[in-house]
Amino acid sequence: MDIHALQQIVHETRDARRKQTIPKFSSADRDQLIHKYHPDFRASAYRPIRFGPNEGEKTVVELATLLEGDSSIHDQTDLTPHYTTDVLVIGGGGAGCAAALHAHGTGAKTILATKLRLGDSNSVMAQGGMQISVAPEDSPVTHFIDTLKGGHMENDHDLLKVMVEEGPSIAKWLIELGVLFDRQADGNLHVKKGGGSSKPRLLTCSDYTGLEIMRVLKDEVINQKIHLLEFAAAIELLSDDSGACTGAIFKDLDNQRHIVVAAKSVILATGGIGRLHIQGFPTSNHYGATGDGLCLSYRIGAKLAHIDTFQYHPSGAVYPEQLIGALVTEGIRSEGGHLVNAKGERFVNELDTRDVVSSSIIRECEEGRGIRTMSGRVGVWLDTPLLDAEHGPGTVEKHFPAMMMQFERFGIDISKDPVLIYPTLHYQNGGVKIDTNSETNIKNLFVAGEASGGLHGRNRLMGNSLLDLMVFGKRSGLIAAGRVTTMKQGKLTLRHLDRFRTEAKNHGNASGVISPMVLPAYTRKV
Amino acid sequence: MAQDSSENVIDQPEVMKPRMVTIEIAGKKVDVPEGITVVRAMWYAGIDVVRGVGCLGGFCGACATYYRTKDDPKVKTCLACQMAVQDGMSFTMMPPFPARKATYEIQKLQDPKQDLFNLYPEAPLCRNCNACTEACPQKIDVREGVWKAVFGDFKSVSEMFMDCVMCGMCTPVCIADIAPNLVALYVSRAQGAHFSEKPVGLDERIKEIQDGRYAEDWNKVLGMNEKELADYCATVK
Repeated sequence: MDIHALQQIVHETRDARRKQTIPKFSSADRDQLIHKYHPDFRASAYRPIRFGPNEGEKTVVELATLLEGDSSIHDQTDLTPHYTTDVLVIGGGGAGCAAALHAHGTGAKTILATKLRLGDSNSVMAQGGMQISVAPEDSPVTHFIDTLKGGHMENDHDLLKVMVEEGPSIAKWLIELGVLFDRQADGNLHVKKGGGSSKPRLLTCSDYTGLEIMRVLKDEVINQKIHLLEFAAAIELLSDDSGACTGAIFKDLDNQRHIVVAAKSVILATGGIGRLHIQGFPTSNHYGATGDGLCLSYRIGAKLAHIDTFQYHPSGAVYPEQLIGALVTEGIRSEGGHLVNAKGERFVNELDTRDVVSSSIIRECEEGRGIRTMSGRVGVWLDTPLLDAEHGPGTVEKHFPAMMMQFERFGIDISKDPVLIYPTLHYQNGGVKIDTNSETNIKNLFVAGEASGGLHGRNRLMGNSLLDLMVFGKRSGLIAAGRVTTMKQGKLTLRHLDRFRTEAKNHGNASGVISPMVLPAYTRKV
Repeated sequence: MAQDSSENVIDQPEVMKPRMVTIEIAGKKVDVPEGITVVRAMWYAGIDVVRGVGCLGGFCGACATYYRTKDDPKVKTCLACQMAVQDGMSFTMMPPFPARKATYEIQKLQDPKQDLFNLYPEAPLCRNCNACTEACPQKIDVREGVWKAVFGDFKSVSEMFMDCVMCGMCTPVCIADIAPNLVALYVSRAQGAHFSEKPVGLDERIKEIQDGRYAEDWNKVLGMNEKELADYCATVK
């Protein structure tokens, strides 16, 4: 049936739904729902990692294969450095920029290398906002508790305490750099309520929060004249005899040459894994989200945490085809947008945590209450016109200009028609295990942002990622830079790679692929 | 769980057995499925894209593209990840354009509205041709923004350019060599850093944390065992 005909039920049931309140699930029901429908619990998609620091632990097949993958670097590779620096930041998104700016700010010699352009990242797409407890009725402790609940109580308490306590000073730093957060009439920061949070805590720049922050940080990186290596993909780390990290090897994607960088400390801020399309899911992630940092860290011996859990954002677009997997911001649900099945019914409290909402959407679709498009995709409705009905005409346009424009390009007015959505692969909850210095178990190897693990437990709360990037970007930058005056540049060797290869051989040369992936293979081969 | 685990995400439209259309990519004719995005059409045609793809969500501005539809002489602009191909369309990606970006210490500016003329002396030379506005894939009134910047209305500029993805397509068309997106970025940052009210509540919260105002709450929460903590969490709604 035509998509417009299918939509009618959303319009017809709107007024009746507005009178309803949907209670949140009890914790037992919630666990049952997640175990039955959340992709993290699909056993056939998982296998144990055969060797290395996380030997025997399970993760999705796609990632296990890459973690066991071999390096493209051979034993005889020339390791004469092209550049020598104090701090080497790998990754040009939010965490990378924050790390580079803070390291540079201490006077340390800093290089920022990224495989695409400076700023090409998931950070730039963050629409929902940034959780910081600035409201009078809120507190860092409440932020801590909310995050812990969202993460199924498995968050690293020390990391989490650091994040919530440093939040307000991060907001101040960004404002001083010129970030235009939404304000109340009295000049104080405007806060919105996010899914899974007990208090309004989201700082926003309309629905362009990530873009606004990244425009400013990128500009500042350039203004500070930080040495940039763009289109340089990290393909191996370097270590000294003691096993400490001493630099990295890059591939220049313009001319395929190696670039060797010697560094006293290395900060990996390489982001997530969406473009691995695990379990066949579409993704909201940027082109370069191929989990490179995980592979590099794993080979050098860094331990990973919570590597079996991923976040499927409840609302990825299903229609039109061109927008498949693209995010429909959670902000729509924060402002009261309903999720509606084919029968015109609500089926979940829309402000429950992401894993719960995603699981319930998958349940509706698997039990035959989804809406099928002509191309065979299935999803549920997100009632966007409800926002105008509830808060007055023009609400959607005013609060969600980015969303409006994205759909308008394909002739869809989301203030008049609901949007068809299905969960999309959004975030890697775990990553390389770090301590409160943002450092891994490998000396002088720091990891910040989505590539790191522990902070978010088994499910990241909306709005906590932007804060994570800034807090641990800053910490890694300051601590890595603070160390450089009292240490010498270590030797550049591939010892860790010898060890890794020996281990791989003992396990039958596991996967036979080369990692990291660097970019997804989208080019059609005929 | 995934809707079709065997599907190739890029060749998706083939699931629909779509009509094929003939388009021109950088002057070369190729047949691709109708309705896929411009960037997917490039992949479909076997072109590796490294420069020119970023977020794939219409936010990063990496995929600025010039295109023309069948029989229309007008060359338009788009973001390649956000534009569907149609029969007879021709397009080419915009190469990185060597615009000059001024550098500045945003917090140290003494008179940001006057400093604009030192940092971007070309800004007041706008000749009103409106080409920048027509080139903007985000539908920003760029020309108006440049004038408002020059006249010191920084607040309006910062609001108008909140949609700006920094694709830079306003720059090559400017006959006065202005880079409007960079001018607007400076103006927006100056607006945020110098002309916005200081949020009093934020400073208070920072001080509270420094003064240990939450120490007691922390001791309570962090001193709990697993069970106590879970029970306590359940009471916070």
